[in-house]
Amino acid sequence: MSKSASLAYKQEPLLSRAAAMLIMGVFTLYFLVPIWWLFVASTKDKGDILTTAPLWFADFNFFENLGALTEYRGGVYFQWLLNSALYAGLGALVATVFAGMAGYALSKYQFRGRDTVFNVILGGVLVPSTALALPLFLMFSQVELTNTFWAVFLPSIASPFGVYLSRIFAAQAVPDEVLEASRLDGSGELRTFFTIGWRLMLPGLVTVFLFQFVTIWNNFFLPLIMLRSEELFPVTFGLYAWNTQLNQIPELRSYVLIGALISIIPLIVMFLSLQRFWRNGVGAGAIK
Amino acid sequence: MQQRKVAVGAVALVSTLVLTGCASDTGSNGEAAVDCSPAGEAVTLEFTSWIPGIEEVVGIWNDANPDIQVKVQTGPNGNGGTYKNFFNQLAAGDAPDLGQIEYDALPNFVVQDGLTDISVCEDVVKAESEFVPWTWGQVTLGGGEAVYGVPQDSGPMALFYRADLFEANGIAIPTTWDEYKEAAKAVRAAGGYITNFSTADINQFAGFVWQAGGSWFSSEGDAWTVDLADDASVKVAEYWQSMIDEDLVATYPAWTDEWNNAYNSSTVWSWTSAVWGANSISSGAPDTAGNWAVAPAPQWTEGAEEAGNWGGSSTAVFTGTDHLYEATKFALWLNTSEEALTALNSLANLYPATLEGMQLPALKEGVEFYGGQPIYDVFATAAEQVSPDFVWGPTMTQTYADVSDGFGKAATGSGTLLDALEKGTAKTIAAFKAQSIPVNE
Repeated sequence: MSKSASLAYKQEPLLSRAAAMLIMGVFTLYFLVPIWWLFVASTKDKGDILTTAPLWFADFNFFENLGALTEYRGGVYFQWLLNSALYAGLGALVATVFAGMAGYALSKYQFRGRDTVFNVILGGVLVPSTALALPLFLMFSQVELTNTFWAVFLPSIASPFGVYLSRIFAAQAVPDEVLEASRLDGSGELRTFFTIGWRLMLPGLVTVFLFQFVTIWNNFFLPLIMLRSEELFPVTFGLYAWNTQLNQIPELRSYVLIGALISIIPLIVMFLSLQRFWRNGVGAGAIK
Repeated sequence: MQQRKVAVGAVALVSTLVLTGCASDTGSNGEAAVDCSPAGEAVTLEFTSWIPGIEEVVGIWNDANPDIQVKVQTGPNGNGGTYKNFFNQLAAGDAPDLGQIEYDALPNFVVQDGLTDISVCEDVVKAESEFVPWTWGQVTLGGGEAVYGVPQDSGPMALFYRADLFEANGIAIPTTWDEYKEAAKAVRAAGGYITNFSTADINQFAGFVWQAGGSWFSSEGDAWTVDLADDASVKVAEYWQSMIDEDLVATYPAWTDEWNNAYNSSTVWSWTSAVWGANSISSGAPDTAGNWAVAPAPQWTEGAEEAGNWGGSSTAVFTGTDHLYEATKFALWLNTSEEALTALNSLANLYPATLEGMQLPALKEGVEFYGGQPIYDVFATAAEQVSPDFVWGPTMTQTYADVSDGFGKAATGSGTLLDALEKGTAKTIAAFKAQSIPVNE
């Protein structure tokens, strides 16, 4: 693939290459400038944020701001980060296991109603999670689970899109022959899945994990509806709550800024460390 | 659908109870009168508020009252999501005992049967005299006897102005709106704008209408009357329209960086705003420290003493609480005791709604940012000049959105403020009908 690509590259006229580069450059800037702005703003003290050039540094107060964020309200911000990591990390992990199992089963087993089940799950992909939040709230109220860890965690472990992806991955990554061989060797179905199927599907499952991680991390509406206790907030919701109080407490502005900057770091780390799998996973369908 | 049914019942009832001013002991929810007696055992109350630092204030109460423990729940500010949550919780039968509700949102909760009439508690009725009269009017909705909350804070308005710039340019501090317009021309000639007219946030405009003696909502019999374009509103709208047309005011969206920057860079010289605006200026325009001062808001007639109000909230008790007695005891402590008011003021800059609260030591001191002037004295005077007759409607969120759409157009020259108010009236009436709220046309 790479060979033919580079070949095509050379044959392309210089002009269209330059145009492509230009467009890419503009978009890269478009995406990076806000992050740059955020970084610069979080190094400034309260007054400088508004009075100095927005895209360049004034007095470097990054560590003072960080210290203030750590102290503000007993460091509740870091509790929020931890919560986000739990909701998104643990939630995505469990969601991936479930989605992987479901996708594997839908792909490898013949059973009555298989297509119906799959179509229902596919329908689930189309229902926006915001539409589900209110019914979920009413249900969780009935069982007195609102304003608990579970109120955000449990809905996060269902990932219809993950099931859909897993089914595709299972179909192409797990050959039926391997499964038959392992059955002949006397391995049970569960063991076959966790020792063989799971491993073969791994690059795809990492993709599912990443998708779900980002979805949960950015899911704002569910915590907004479910949570009332500050110590349970995920970081996105906590920062939003601060941001709505700027009128009354303008000092919060600098906490929101540096808080937002720190909150994107886990996502960046996650993407950089998993991108190898991610690329394989996303590309898997295309190559075959 | 369910809301609609509730709304019909509630409005009919509320209207007869509150709006005709007929005394009654029944709660707003139409059930038998809620009993206001102590539980006789230790209780835990849930209280939702988005005030920063509220946990610390509640902590003072919890330490002193082991039998009535209050658990704080929090979230974004009311219109940022918490009101929506209150309604969800009410629908689920899972509302907290107490919640913070701004004055302009109270009627919405009352109409939807969300609040308990706390006037069944003796202490509540007795506390009335401690509050600035108009704030009590805000929680009783139209001067009736049912009480839907304990006033918490208020936002009396006055004129913040750049003392240094007015003096250097020989411009007198305007005491009437006519003088203000003359001053605006002088400021414009000196290269600045006298103020910023906020088009995105129409609460400031509502404060101006309030000062001018207007009222957007009223009710006779069992129906509401909506008129965002009453005589006072027309006067105020035409005044600001002419200021916009003659390029005498800036129209930056409020609370944005460019807005802050306009004040910080001395482009904008004054702001008629609420007491909490003191903090907005000092944090948004740090370079201008020491140059600001506060004077009473300009008047419509020479020598009048009328003030507007912008903001303020109450502590309300939700329908379904089992501990009305304890809830009101806490709400009264939170909003009348000196220790709570002092803490609320220092942690969240809340300006008390009680007469005594306005005399807190912290509110008597000179403020450095304002050249050492004890600015809160001006607001204390203003607070007593606010008309008690201004009533909010039950669909304010939607009304604000509709009107600010039109205000945005006025700022760009493709409409007028008056158009926006007239369209806002029509849309608000439509919204009432959609919710089966009786309305006079």
